[in-house]
Amino acid sequence: MTASGDKAALVAALRGVLPPDALLHATEDLRPYECDGLSAYRQLPMVVALPSTIEQVQEVMRLCHGYGVPVVARGAGTGLSGGALPRGDGLLLGLARFNRILGIDPANRTARVQPGVRNQAISEAARAHGLYYAPDPSSQIACTIGGNVAENSGGVHCLKYGLTVHNVLCIEVVTVEGERITIGSEALDSPGYDLLALMTGSEGMLGVIVEVTVRLLPLPERAQVILAAFDDIGRAGAAVAGIIAAGIVPAGLEMMDGPAIRAAEDFVHAGYPTGAAAILLCELDGTNEEVSEQIARVRQLLMEGGATEVRTARDEQERLTFWKGRKAAFPAVGRISPDYYCMDGTIPRRRLPEVLRRIAELSREYGLPVANVFHAGDGNLHPLILYDANKPGELERTEELGGRILELCVEVGGTITGEHGVGIEKINQMCVQFRPLELTQFHAVKAAFDPRGLLNPGKAVPTLHRCAEFGAMHVHHGQLKFPELERF
Amino acid sequence: MGGVDRTETLQAAVAAARSNGTALQIVGAGTKGFLGRPPVGEPLSLMGHAGILSYEPTELVITARSGTPLADVEAALAKHGQMLAFEPPHFGPDATVGGCVASGLSGPRRPYGGAVRDHVLGVRLLNGRGEVLRFGGEVMKNVAGYDLSRLMVGAMGTLGVLLDVSIKVLPRPPVEVTLRQASTAARAIEAMNRWAARPLPLSAAAFDGEHLHVRLSGTDSGVRAARSAIGGEAVEDGDGFWQRLREHRHAFFESPLPLWRLSVPPATPPLELPGKALIDWGGAQRWLLGETPAGQIRAAAAGAGGHATLFRNGDRSGDAFHPLARPVAALHRRLKAAFDPDGLFNRGRLYADL
Repeated sequence: MTASGDKAALVAALRGVLPPDALLHATEDLRPYECDGLSAYRQLPMVVALPSTIEQVQEVMRLCHGYGVPVVARGAGTGLSGGALPRGDGLLLGLARFNRILGIDPANRTARVQPGVRNQAISEAARAHGLYYAPDPSSQIACTIGGNVAENSGGVHCLKYGLTVHNVLCIEVVTVEGERITIGSEALDSPGYDLLALMTGSEGMLGVIVEVTVRLLPLPERAQVILAAFDDIGRAGAAVAGIIAAGIVPAGLEMMDGPAIRAAEDFVHAGYPTGAAAILLCELDGTNEEVSEQIARVRQLLMEGGATEVRTARDEQERLTFWKGRKAAFPAVGRISPDYYCMDGTIPRRRLPEVLRRIAELSREYGLPVANVFHAGDGNLHPLILYDANKPGELERTEELGGRILELCVEVGGTITGEHGVGIEKINQMCVQFRPLELTQFHAVKAAFDPRGLLNPGKAVPTLHRCAEFGAMHVHHGQLKFPELERF
Repeated sequence: MGGVDRTETLQAAVAAARSNGTALQIVGAGTKGFLGRPPVGEPLSLMGHAGILSYEPTELVITARSGTPLADVEAALAKHGQMLAFEPPHFGPDATVGGCVASGLSGPRRPYGGAVRDHVLGVRLLNGRGEVLRFGGEVMKNVAGYDLSRLMVGAMGTLGVLLDVSIKVLPRPPVEVTLRQASTAARAIEAMNRWAARPLPLSAAAFDGEHLHVRLSGTDSGVRAARSAIGGEAVEDGDGFWQRLREHRHAFFESPLPLWRLSVPPATPPLELPGKALIDWGGAQRWLLGETPAGQIRAAAAGAGGHATLFRNGDRSGDAFHPLARPVAALHRRLKAAFDPDGLFNRGRLYADL
């Protein structure tokens, strides 16, 4: 059968299970789905399905399974690694219509929600009970909980409150064959293998999440933030270690380097010291008494650690102002450069000075400026590479520089992605982080769920063949033999 | 921090078992041999494969070989004022890190500090093909590849031989106080959940049939303020109480009767089951002693949205762990085959067909 014949047959079959407004197949209707938050990669899907019931998802999956059509699930499309990049020969399964909060159980402190519910909407709904959902990825006003589970999203507060995997109790999943299964429960654990941990962060490769039950936490009585400036980034790193060594686990602990500070300050005027080499934002939360005691202790530690300036937010207004600069760091960098590329490595914190020095060397080598924003508490580093996509070859050089930064993270004992996922973006760097044996084990796990490889094919885990090709290319950094060839 | 790397010996033993078709039972100190279905196969001992490989207190991570005594790890952490926040039960003086992770058991701090699985950051393991594989790492945030490290937690060794494990650690709270007040099961459950919905520094809550015990952990002033909110009298040897509870040396556990562990949503009212009950984990873990038929206990746990494990004593030849729904059981079999295609490791320990 020809490709157009395939499409016609699939569309006809889908018409039998979806209402007309839940099925898109004309090119102009498909356009909004051609990319996610990583817009450098674009691909029109063959067809888009927008089901609104679990039964419809099951029917769609059964049909795709029968026709052998790949399926890519998508929430709000805010992902930064191209995890929801469609397939030209596949169906894009949009779950945004699953946007209802099904129930909040204040006694057990859980919320049962559909996957298309926005992260922040959960906390908004729980607030009436004095509760909230802790993981807070920076895109929380837009990103959906289904996508958060698929990517194991983090956030500013995950040092103290954990990642998505620590805050999800139960998910309903539709398998590649269209079967509905429950993984986890509203109890704190479940019998058998920890499939909940396995599904969390599996990037849509193992099943389609159609319902999520999350754990809610009591809203802290008080949160307060300290801003500290340093004239040396190594001293800022040492100060972070000093806080941890003193037995304090802050709710948030963020670092920005000079270029990031200046970009943020120019943009939102948060009052950051623009002459500093680094600033730290340290947020403490808990009961009034705990916060007062810890603020005093952290201030003292920061002064002893050589901070040139330490400011405690006087009130909630100033706390939000301090955070505003950090939260606006990405768009702020976007203002000073036509384009920027956000990396997502994690490193052992003690290697920070060395890693930043080597990133600066790479930045000079490639002639591309880099600003660094760092979740200092948990070692998650976001170098932002500034470039201009309109300059020929600059995107390619940026991606190569990004790749080398990620390889540096692996070299110092870290990882290529802390919270954004592998998707299509970092698939080559998976070949650096894992050996063929581990990749083979990943593929075996995938096959246990999806033997025909129809769920989000080509993402997250590279084939050994791809790694062999990447390895061969890799030896000749910057001197590719066929620069005109497309490389995915 | 001595110890030997026995990876090659273990790898050779797995290769030999594979070629001879011999089933292997993975054994550490044998402190948790009572758990699950009865072990079968030739023992593959992890004793001696020991040693702390790295511990950087300010990175909040420790990596140790699986045969390392849990007590050694805890002692190393204590020197730097740190701890395993999931308070794992030892069930014997020589309990190992590997057994702790494979059994996935957590102690009283679990509802507030997280479970074993919440703290495992990486593993090195031997799969059923005798391959040494490394997943995860020593960093807290890592989403590269499937989370196969956490998948090992509670798998009872059926997916592979753990070689070494990296675990997130936390600072020990500066102040801990245990409070006690007379209560009933229903009132205790209600109170534990009411407090848990407020920003109080709770770190344990249990009802032993007579008294509700609550532990507060945090800064001096924070604990003092919370204490007046909770009420009750201070227990002199609070640490001892929680340790006895964790290790099942509390008087409640002195019984030859079948001991069931019911894991349920924490606010579940007292379960209408005959037998003696102890409530831990702020209501989320219920221990039950008695001869009540398995079917009745499992129906009650499932009816509340949870599950039940025959934890100790009684007939283990059937299901010790709660039976799985059919499609989930099928996934388990395929996952087992993905790691251990010849079914070498801990055959039948978790479920009869794994």
